[in-house]
Amino acid sequence: MTLLAERPGVLDEPHEPEPEHGPTGILKWITSTDHKVIGKSYLITSLVFFCLAGVMAILMRTQLASPDSTVVSQHTYNELFTMHGSLMLYLFAGPFAFGGLANYIVPLQVGAPDMAFPRLNALSYWLYLGGGITMVAGFLTVGGAADFGWVAYAPLSDAVNSPGAGPDMWIVALILTGFSAIFTGVNICVTVFYLRAPGMTMFRVPIFTWNMVVTGILILIAFPVLTAALIMLWADRHLGTHIYSVAGGGVPVLWQNLFWFFGHPEVYILALPYFGMVTEVLPVFSRKPVFGYRGMVFATISIGALSTSVWAHHMFTTGVVLLPFFSLMSYLIAVPTGIKFFNWIGTMWRGSLKFDTPMLFAVGFLIVFLFGGVTGVFLASPPIDFATHDTYFVVAHFHEVLFGSAVFGGFAGLYYWYPKMFGRMLRESLGKASFWFMFVGFWVTFMPQYLLGLRGMPRRIAEYSASTGWTSLNRISTVGAYLLFTAVAIMVVNFYVSWRRPVQAPGNPWDGHTLEWATSSPPPHHNFFRLPPIRSERPLWDFNHPEHTTRKHAEALAGTSRGATPEPAPVPEEAGTT
Amino acid sequence: MPLLLLGGAVVLGGCQAPTFGAFRGATTQGHDEFNLWVGMFIAGLVVAAIVWGLIFWTVIRHRRRGSSAIPHQFHENVPLEIIYTALPVVIVAGIFYFTVVTENKIDAVSSNPAEIVNVQAHRWGWNFTYDSGKNLSQGVQIATTAEPTLLAQPATSKTYPQLVLPVGETVRIVLTSVDVVHGFYIPEFNFSRYAQPGVVNKFDFTPTTTGVFSGQCTQYCGLYHAEMLFSVRVVSKSAFSHWLSAQQASQAQSGSGATS
Repeated sequence: MTLLAERPGVLDEPHEPEPEHGPTGILKWITSTDHKVIGKSYLITSLVFFCLAGVMAILMRTQLASPDSTVVSQHTYNELFTMHGSLMLYLFAGPFAFGGLANYIVPLQVGAPDMAFPRLNALSYWLYLGGGITMVAGFLTVGGAADFGWVAYAPLSDAVNSPGAGPDMWIVALILTGFSAIFTGVNICVTVFYLRAPGMTMFRVPIFTWNMVVTGILILIAFPVLTAALIMLWADRHLGTHIYSVAGGGVPVLWQNLFWFFGHPEVYILALPYFGMVTEVLPVFSRKPVFGYRGMVFATISIGALSTSVWAHHMFTTGVVLLPFFSLMSYLIAVPTGIKFFNWIGTMWRGSLKFDTPMLFAVGFLIVFLFGGVTGVFLASPPIDFATHDTYFVVAHFHEVLFGSAVFGGFAGLYYWYPKMFGRMLRESLGKASFWFMFVGFWVTFMPQYLLGLRGMPRRIAEYSASTGWTSLNRISTVGAYLLFTAVAIMVVNFYVSWRRPVQAPGNPWDGHTLEWATSSPPPHHNFFRLPPIRSERPLWDFNHPEHTTRKHAEALAGTSRGATPEPAPVPEEAGTT
Repeated sequence: MPLLLLGGAVVLGGCQAPTFGAFRGATTQGHDEFNLWVGMFIAGLVVAAIVWGLIFWTVIRHRRRGSSAIPHQFHENVPLEIIYTALPVVIVAGIFYFTVVTENKIDAVSSNPAEIVNVQAHRWGWNFTYDSGKNLSQGVQIATTAEPTLLAQPATSKTYPQLVLPVGETVRIVLTSVDVVHGFYIPEFNFSRYAQPGVVNKFDFTPTTTGVFSGQCTQYCGLYHAEMLFSVRVVSKSAFSHWLSAQQASQAQSGSGATS
């Protein structure tokens, strides 16, 4: 693993230890505008919310393990599934990707010294943390936390049906984290558009960064709509407006339209970054370039574009949407997703596959996401949706998709970039154990839920009668949930071990392709001292393996730097622009 | 592993294989849905099997074994990429065609239904009012103040309202809600539809088998969402008219039968 450390001409040494600027310790953390500090803060905070929401899931699965269960009361159960969904979707899956990993990695991948707007970046984090605490603090209010589901359908979410401070805190929390997401979206897009290093054309930008650009654009399309919808909901609750209430001439279904106009792009905001992470991991551990780079980029853009016109497939059973249009648009998303799958397989094909933990999670992602994707095509068919809408079939489907991407894809990214971010390696043995618990636990948890849905079990029910015949499948699913819990616990142990008994990570532990591996782990304050010449989408590979660049790339290299072993180019004084 | 579990799912769910876990549908509309389900499941299975096959093939065959030789650095194959872009488009066009055909059959509303039942959802119960029964109505309201004592009751118990339908006849359901959004769901009919304030949804059922089926609210509607059950009893046409006149008689006696 450290085989590359001795390679002559490696880019991260030698250099002077940089002088400390500014405050240190906790004050440094609070006042920092460094994308690396903020990225790590985001990462750790979102993982805390992930664990919290995971504990809620375990409580729910324990409740459902037997019929007529009274482990928790119905009211508590309703709070639990609301907060589980809210924490996982709003506070983990999104912020983990665009606030945590992207914040840290995108500037490195494009060869920039920081995000374009460092202070805005800090504001994003503090809004996110404030919003997250506000949401969770709902549990401390008299009436408890919000209990209207993470989708908060009107009129259930109005002041009459959901009184109290908990729901208000949920609304405010979402407005805060929504702004945090919007600012991060702006920041990522501007960083990639304006701060790319010389030579880094858009078609040499790594796929992860490409996906983050599209994600950023989707954030800018989706989140303002959610924020507006939430402000109207707040006005209905407190200012006496009747935007979503029939009584005052309002239209309740407007909430569903606005929410899902946000909600479906949101699904891709939660998926595209993870597609990107997998697309970084697969080529590195296959020792091959991404297969069909341009096809990949166009697939990402078309997924992003289509995702804005499929929202009403969440509303097939409302009876007030044009079924064929939304059905066709939803089916069409299968086409670019299919392209991605074939490109991922093409990337591995005839490669030299090494199954370190990031690769295991990435291949695990391919296998589980495919299943979630296929059941997603079923659900895009209105008749099949009529039969399964709001049942455990849907629960199983979106957990396979979201868990598949945010957890399998996300952990692939986390295990891949952890050495870069924290300067130390994670233990392979613990990582692999964690993976296998998660992979087995995943199928054991969610496959029975498909069957439960087909046997008529609705989602969000706190209890069921033994006569339904749902008991044994629920029990299997609960066992699976405990396996998943074990997998995450092993990962936490892995973090702890790497913290207490650090194994120093070299700059480039995986023989990486992209620029983040061309600097030390963790990178110095302004990220790079020197950059390799950027003549393809994998500049560091070209630099380290000049004899193995693809023909086209080799020509490009020869044309500019005349020689098989180009000298690393010094970084210009200011961050390069193109 | 996934294939194995999938096989298990098929075996478990398929008492009379191959239903792939789903109900066959106790109405003509539900049966149309079932046929589409079977077709799509098989298509999905074939596609998934091919892709999984390719993944497992490359994962097993192209593992790094000892040597750290760098493999051939190919990075595109445009004809191949065009094929695997075009093929899914063709598949999508096919399933879209069958979807629309089925959807039109399921959503078709007869101009001359044998009976019209007004279904009104409320927190947390259902009211069924029969047009030809001179607004015969039945339903229950679950206590909203205390924890309901209905735990462990199956949907078919007398505690919950029952929708009675004649077999072989087309019945129109007119679905509304008085408060929040509810989901009117009968698993064995393979059908659900939202009951929403301010929206009137109309659809037809043509039951094909007699029997008692459970129903439940699927759209989360607040505290006792899990208790919002009902059942559907499909009876012969003559039994249905007997039941209807008996209900009318008993309601005439007690003044008003509406309990909500």
